Amino acid sequence: MNTLKLLKAPFNMENPITVQVLGICSALAVTVQMKPAMVMALSVTVVTAFSNLIISLLRNTIPSRIRIIVQLVVIAALVIIVDQILKAYVYDVSQKLSVFVGLIITNCILMGRLEAFAMAQKPWPSLIDGIGNGIGYGLILVLVSFFRELLGSGSIFGHKVIPQLFYNAGYMDNGLMILPPMALITIGTIIWIQRSKNRDLIEK
Amino acid sequence: MFSNRYIFIYSVVMVVIVAIALTVVAVLLKPKQEYNQRVEKMQNILVSVHVESTTKNAEELFKKYITESLVVNAKGDVIDGINAFDVEMHIENKKKSEDRNLPIFICSAENGQKYYIVPVRGKGLWGPIWGYISFKEDLNTIAGTQFGHKSETPGLGAEINTPGFQNQFIDKTIMNDNGEFVSVMVVKGGAPDSDKHGVDAISGGTITSKALEAMVRDCVKEYTVYFSKIRK
Repeated sequence: MNTLKLLKAPFNMENPITVQVLGICSALAVTVQMKPAMVMALSVTVVTAFSNLIISLLRNTIPSRIRIIVQLVVIAALVIIVDQILKAYVYDVSQKLSVFVGLIITNCILMGRLEAFAMAQKPWPSLIDGIGNGIGYGLILVLVSFFRELLGSGSIFGHKVIPQLFYNAGYMDNGLMILPPMALITIGTIIWIQRSKNRDLIEK
Repeated sequence: MFSNRYIFIYSVVMVVIVAIALTVVAVLLKPKQEYNQRVEKMQNILVSVHVESTTKNAEELFKKYITESLVVNAKGDVIDGINAFDVEMHIENKKKSEDRNLPIFICSAENGQKYYIVPVRGKGLWGPIWGYISFKEDLNTIAGTQFGHKSETPGLGAEINTPGFQNQFIDKTIMNDNGEFVSVMVVKGGAPDSDKHGVDAISGGTITSKALEAMVRDCVKEYTVYFSKIRK
């Protein structure tokens, strides 16, 4: 498989959230506003990319009996490093993401890609696959958070976009959009649209 | 197949390498993280006297407005040699009442008023809750509050850190007409404006509201001796 195809596959046909249905938990939790969602997407991309790369480099030396442990140690170490960096440089965002950065460790996308891809592939394709899956996850997060922030708080990236005129005329932000159930419904809608466009994805 | 010996050595080497890497990262980033925490504390203190700050200008504004800080004990005596800003309430609350160091920050506002800011900290429903309360010069009327929490229920108990809840405390008093300490209560179903010692509790957040009431009462009570001293 060539590099570009490998990178782009997770954006649509093999999207980790909408097709592989991995990493749903954090996708519901951190998509209230766009900024934390972007930081989360970036963090996950960094962790998937590097954990894929590291595991792929080590793949011939890892004893298969302890391979899950090795994978977890690599992921955990990377997540802690990311968490520490966020705390040092974007403190307010790290407060908002709170436990969810730590929970990247349990994000199924990571273990899934390591087991399914990095353990059997060369470092370069693994790195690309990691970046691709991170971005594929991030795309959905940004899309969901866009609608949730717009309809729930009337803003994008913290800037008010719905004019005061609308509020004066009786428009109200939809408080339900801020709560997790609407994230699930938004993701469901995205899955629906995606499958109606790509008929191959529909299970028989 | 790998031998047991190989697996054992492999895991030991891996763990040591990871440990070294994490230690290096933690040590390098620690000063920056501690600075962030200090800035957040400054911002919170400033919120209680209605000064909005950003992470960039918080330090500057803090120096401008918070002109004095001191540490007192429950007997009302000023303790020298301790920096009020470095006193951690979660450590003080574990000590006996008479051993506690109680920090007070004094804010000189632009209108010439002086505000006395005291920290409060207590137990919420799921984790710690904390905050700062500023008093006017009569040391009775509340000028502003700031509350924070670690993990209260979003939409319910977590509402304590919204301006809507915090602003209710403005102009409430902690002493009754006889000069006795009564603190501020949360009232289910809403407190009338005429109630000088009551604010509206959060619907669905009763345990957090009650915990906040207890926190305000217990922490502010420690200061009453000192307050009555300066009032005279």
